Amino acid sequence: MKTAFLSVPGALVLAFLVLPVLIIVPLSFSTGPFLGFPLRGLGLRWYETLLASDFWRQGLENSLILAAGATVCSTLLGTPAALGLWRARFRGRGVVMGLILAPIVVPAIVTAVALTLVYGRLGLTGSLAGLIVAHTAMTAPFVVITLLAALSRLDPLLGRAAAASGAAPFAAFLRVTLPLAAPGIAAGAAFACAVSLDESVVALFLAGPGQRTLPRQMFAAMREAPDPTILAAATLLAVLSVALLAAAPLLRRRAG
Amino acid sequence: MRRAGLIAPLLVFLLLAFIGPVVAFLARGVEDDAVAPAFPRTLAALADWNGQGVPGDPTFEALAEDLRAARAAGTLNPAAARLNTDRSEMRGAIAAAARAVADPAGGPARDAILRADPAWGESETWGAIRRAAGPWTTYHLLAALDFKRDAAGAIHSDPPEQVVFRTVLARTFAISGLVTLLCLLLGYPVAALLALLPWRAAGLMAICVLLPFWTGVIVRSAAWMALLGHDGPVAGALSLFGPPPALLFNRFAVVLAMTHIQLPFMILPLLAVMRRVPRLQWRAASSLGAAPVAAFLRIWLPQTVPGVIAGALLVFLQCLGFYVTPALLGGGADQMLAYFIGAEATRSGNWALAAAMSLVLLGATAALALVAARPMRAAMARSA
Repeated sequence: MKTAFLSVPGALVLAFLVLPVLIIVPLSFSTGPFLGFPLRGLGLRWYETLLASDFWRQGLENSLILAAGATVCSTLLGTPAALGLWRARFRGRGVVMGLILAPIVVPAIVTAVALTLVYGRLGLTGSLAGLIVAHTAMTAPFVVITLLAALSRLDPLLGRAAAASGAAPFAAFLRVTLPLAAPGIAAGAAFACAVSLDESVVALFLAGPGQRTLPRQMFAAMREAPDPTILAAATLLAVLSVALLAAAPLLRRRAG
Repeated sequence: MRRAGLIAPLLVFLLLAFIGPVVAFLARGVEDDAVAPAFPRTLAALADWNGQGVPGDPTFEALAEDLRAARAAGTLNPAAARLNTDRSEMRGAIAAAARAVADPAGGPARDAILRADPAWGESETWGAIRRAAGPWTTYHLLAALDFKRDAAGAIHSDPPEQVVFRTVLARTFAISGLVTLLCLLLGYPVAALLALLPWRAAGLMAICVLLPFWTGVIVRSAAWMALLGHDGPVAGALSLFGPPPALLFNRFAVVLAMTHIQLPFMILPLLAVMRRVPRLQWRAASSLGAAPVAAFLRIWLPQTVPGVIAGALLVFLQCLGFYVTPALLGGGADQMLAYFIGAEATRSGNWALAAAMSLVLLGATAALALVAARPMRAAMARSA
């Protein structure tokens, strides 16, 4: 098959896609004070700043607490919902799916402003709990669709085989469905965690001074005083999300 | 029944924590509930006013009574604030009139009110009160598009020098359209290459697509800030040819970074459709003597139209709501719709206008999705 005429533009575009992501890594290990080349030397100077300054360290801590909280909550809510929707045919299924997917469809800025208004009335702004609630809502759809995709590859006869072998419904669920679904649940949780770690718009509007997350601090630093600590934070976030999102399909493949 | 019990917790949570708040916020864009509690008698008296000239004495008497009652009840300030968004002299006019009629035995209301502030002699002042009667209003939606009703109810555009949001909307569509076009031009050959190459060779290339897809928007915006900054590699390379132009805080930076961020969203739907095009057709075309480019254009391209529509729609709709990248890399005078939604809400405290602008954004999104659904289904049916 002749694809030669595609390979040059294709290679150029692939370079355009991947180089800007890769370039932050060497820049973050620079010891010079600027966001750029030439590198003055290699070292961990900006990673030390990331962990030493309150501005960045608190952002990192808040991000990790927030991502952990949102991941646990959205997995606990999303897993049963996906199991309930799995192979279900009922009237209004489309509406239910629409409602569950709404947090993905609504633009982040609309979510951010709406939650700032309503959570403000409820005293949920300026608290980590409010951010966890918001991120749980924004990440739960990813748990549901990831797990539904994983479940769709399971053999529907397995559950019935368990029932035919005399397993009570709950036992069949615990001993057959749940172990088979576990990699899909883990993949959904990894997806949710990555989405929460990178989320900046809602965090920007909803967080008070005590809840500032790493993306929020990156946003503020880029607006006010850009320095290479931003790239150390970006590299850290990129490594975390690539690890989480690369793990997700691998986990799902184990399920199949 | 058991299924309902499994789905209900998430559904209830989303209704309370997400859907309810979003609906309550959006409702702000069409609600008008600040003026009616303060001006019930005035609104009743204005009901059959024709919008011309100044209403009669009974309306002035009703206004005087409303002003006294509303001041006592504490409903006057929110009403004045709402009316002030419509006409900027209203807060002052209401305060002056309220002082002038504070004493119920102070003589005819008409003279006192007209003396307190000449704005009460204009029909538009009364029109502003009447069009804020509520409970529902198109006022904020019209304002989000720089339109306004006059006292008689006819819709007029704001004068050209005051048109802001239509410019923003046009800019948002222009940037989103350009990014979509660039994503299509750049993404199509990559998707075709990935679909046509043997799996093993495509694997490494797929990683080049997935790696940026997996790193988040804020990370990639930071990467472009470093790349395009005045110490960055691009400026360094350009400085070999002379003083480099400003690469950051302009539309160039926004379009470049948004294209980079959205490109995987174009490539992945294209790839999904292209993988289904039978390879044998391509080989048949070649063996019948078609040059590769001709086979590509005549056999391949038409069958990938559903992927083109799906990818373009996905990219365009995501671009419409973009906030982070333009805020960080764009010029202050070149922001997109999302920036103004955020600024109206948190800086100006005008939640109703922010909600109306959100409704415009969601309306444009829904309309485009509906318009694109039909050709996409038709193209799917043709290629199936």
